[in-house]
Formats: sequence, C-alpha cells, structure tokens
Amino acid sequence: MHELSITRNIVATVVEHARGRKVDGVTLKVGDLAGIELQALRFCFDICAEGTCLEGAELHIEQIPGRGRCLECDERVPLEQPIAICPCDKRARMIIEAGEELLIHSMEVH
Amino acid sequence: MCRTCGCSDGNMVTVGDADGDHTHILPDGTVIEHQGHSHDHGHSHDHGHSHDHGHSHDEGHSHDHGHSHEGGPSKVEILEAKVMEKNDRLAERNRGWFAGREVFALNIMSSPGSGKTTLLERTLRELDETSSVVEGDQETARDAERLRATGVPVVQVNTGTGCHLEADMVWMGLQTLRPELGSVVFIENVGNLVCPALFDLGEHKRVVLFSITEGEDKPLKYPHMFKAADLVLITKMDLLPHLDFDMEEARQAVATIAPDAQIMEVSTKSGAGMKGWYDWIRDAKRAAT
Repeated sequence: MHELSITRNIVATVVEHARGRKVDGVTLKVGDLAGIELQALRFCFDICAEGTCLEGAELHIEQIPGRGRCLECDERVPLEQPIAICPCDKRARMIIEAGEELLIHSMEVH
Repeated sequence: MCRTCGCSDGNMVTVGDADGDHTHILPDGTVIEHQGHSHDHGHSHDHGHSHDHGHSHDEGHSHDHGHSHEGGPSKVEILEAKVMEKNDRLAERNRGWFAGREVFALNIMSSPGSGKTTLLERTLRELDETSSVVEGDQETARDAERLRATGVPVVQVNTGTGCHLEADMVWMGLQTLRPELGSVVFIENVGNLVCPALFDLGEHKRVVLFSITEGEDKPLKYPHMFKAADLVLITKMDLLPHLDFDMEEARQAVATIAPDAQIMEVSTKSGAGMKGWYDWIRDAKRAAT
C-alpha cells in the first residue's frame, strides 16, 4: 500500500508550506491513471494528519480522467488504464495526455 | 522489529551489512545508527535505546514557493506541488552519485516469487562485471544471505511495513555498500507489482520479471509496473512444457503497455537465455556510463 507513504509526502509538503498556520482543507489533483487508490488515500490522510497543523483538515480530491492521443489518427481516446497502444484497429502508438497527475493543488489556511 | 538489535518500530526502515552494523530510518526522517560488530556474546553491547527519536529531519524542507501571504482569515493558497517531488529529488541525487562513480544501476522488480533472487544468484556468479546488490525486503535478511553466498557485497534494506523501496532508502544502502567505481549495482526491489512502480530510485534501467506461472495478462492487470520497464524478463521458461502459457499473447500484453520495452525469455534453472540477459546488461551499461 504505497498510499501511506504518498500521503505522508502530501502531509509533509503541506506542513512545510503552511509554516505553522492551521490548515482547514487540502485539494489534490489525482489522475485516474496515476496508480492511486483514492479510498486508501483518504483513509491514510486522517491518520497522517493527526498531530500536525492539518489535523481535522478536509481532503478534496479532483479526479482527472485518463486521455490518450493516437499518434496515427490524432484521435483523443478516453483511457481507464495507461495503455500505450491505441485501441483502434491499427495498434498505433498512443501518448497519454491526461490522467497521470498527482499534485497538491492548493491548501486552505488561516 | 529489527532483527539485528531488537529495536521495535513497525514503520522504520533498516539498512544493514554483513557485520551487523545497521541504520534505522524513522518515518520522520530521523536516522539511528547501530554498531553490530562487537558481539562477544557476553552481551556487552548496550543498545540502550538512548537515541531520542526526535525531529531532526534536516533535509528536503527547504523549498518554499513563496505563496504565503501572512495573516488574514481562511484563504486558498495554490501550491501545484508534485506529491512525488521529494522522492524524485532524492532519486536525482542517487543518479548524480551513480554518474560520479560511473556505476550502472538496475532496479529489478516483480511480484513475489517471480524469481528475482534466483536470477540474481546466477547472474552474480556468471556475469563478468564487478557487482554489488541493494536488497529490499519487508522483513528478514534471507535473500541477502543467499546473494552474499555468491561472494558479492550485499546490503540489506528492510522496509518494515513499506512495500517498496524509495530513493532515500537506496541512498542509505549505497552509503553502506560503497560500490566500486565502474561497477554494476543491482537493486532488488520488494516483491510487489504495484507500489515500487511509482518510486524512482535514480536507476539507469528498470527490469521487470514476469514468470510464466503468472498468466499471460499480468502486464494488463498491473500496467503501472510494466509501462516503465526497459526490459521485461519472462522467467521460468523451463516450465513451459508443463503449462498452457501462450507466449504470443504475453508478448502482446507487454507491447500494449510498454511498446519500447525489450522482452527476453530466460530460465535461471537451465541457463537458457541468460547470455542474452548478460549481453543486455553490458550493452546498457556501456551506453549509460
């Protein structure tokens, strides 16, 4: 379960930016192809936030759907898995344009 | 629990060498070093636990993006910070460390039981390169012991509850291991097809093992692991006559996720395909260092 160590990173980064201020909320951007189990992330967040300035903070997660672009036909394809070959018949190469994000977008402080 | 000194903390990472000297890294970054050498069985080693597990994390906390307008009521501050930034930064440090010593590093990954340790045992005996190993496991030094028997330096990193190696653990391992100039370092990751995929260790190449007892669709089920692979080693090929394994389907599955990855079939038991693997290591090393 890598979500635990990822959540530790999230909390540590926010604590650093907050510089002692109380954090009321954190917003993440997580792509559907980032390999993160959101339920596990939420579960870990409260545990990792305990005893820090994030304790009790709300976790908002903005999910970003996966999207690939076929290098052959230039078509945009919605992706549920990070595949590199276009599901279209030609088995053409595809690049992943969206869905691999794993960012701390913002924090709410006072 | 640390099996060398008995320290108990489920979350810590332990790095140890053959002499029993070892180091713990706590989740907050605190480093505790223990000397394991003076075991005269009179129990004179006092590991007395006088280390304060304080908060001496003195690295990685320096970047401020300067968005903090002090004071005022609750407000939103945009960070757009990469979650993996700290690990990525430490992986860069490893990369620089490798480059400075012309060391070629391979990150070996697979599910448990795919044959990583067995592959390394044979490789360390047969590969004509100076080598050493960073061995990652959740618990025990069993794999490290097996590899040490080949006569090659091995450092064991126990990740405790962690299911993967991270860049800082590899860094700690390297400080103990001190690989020779121009040598090859094999980093045997924790057996797991999910978590290690996300953590850059600063390696030159990623090798993913995929044994034919696992099923042809493994790459489609665990795409994150396979998509970053430079080489996919299909292992346990000696079992092929006993299984209904469709090699073409397996190769297609790899190509769907990782079209640039090379695929090789090997049997550590019979030795088939091993020469190709050694040639690949030498070629990749030459290109990288």
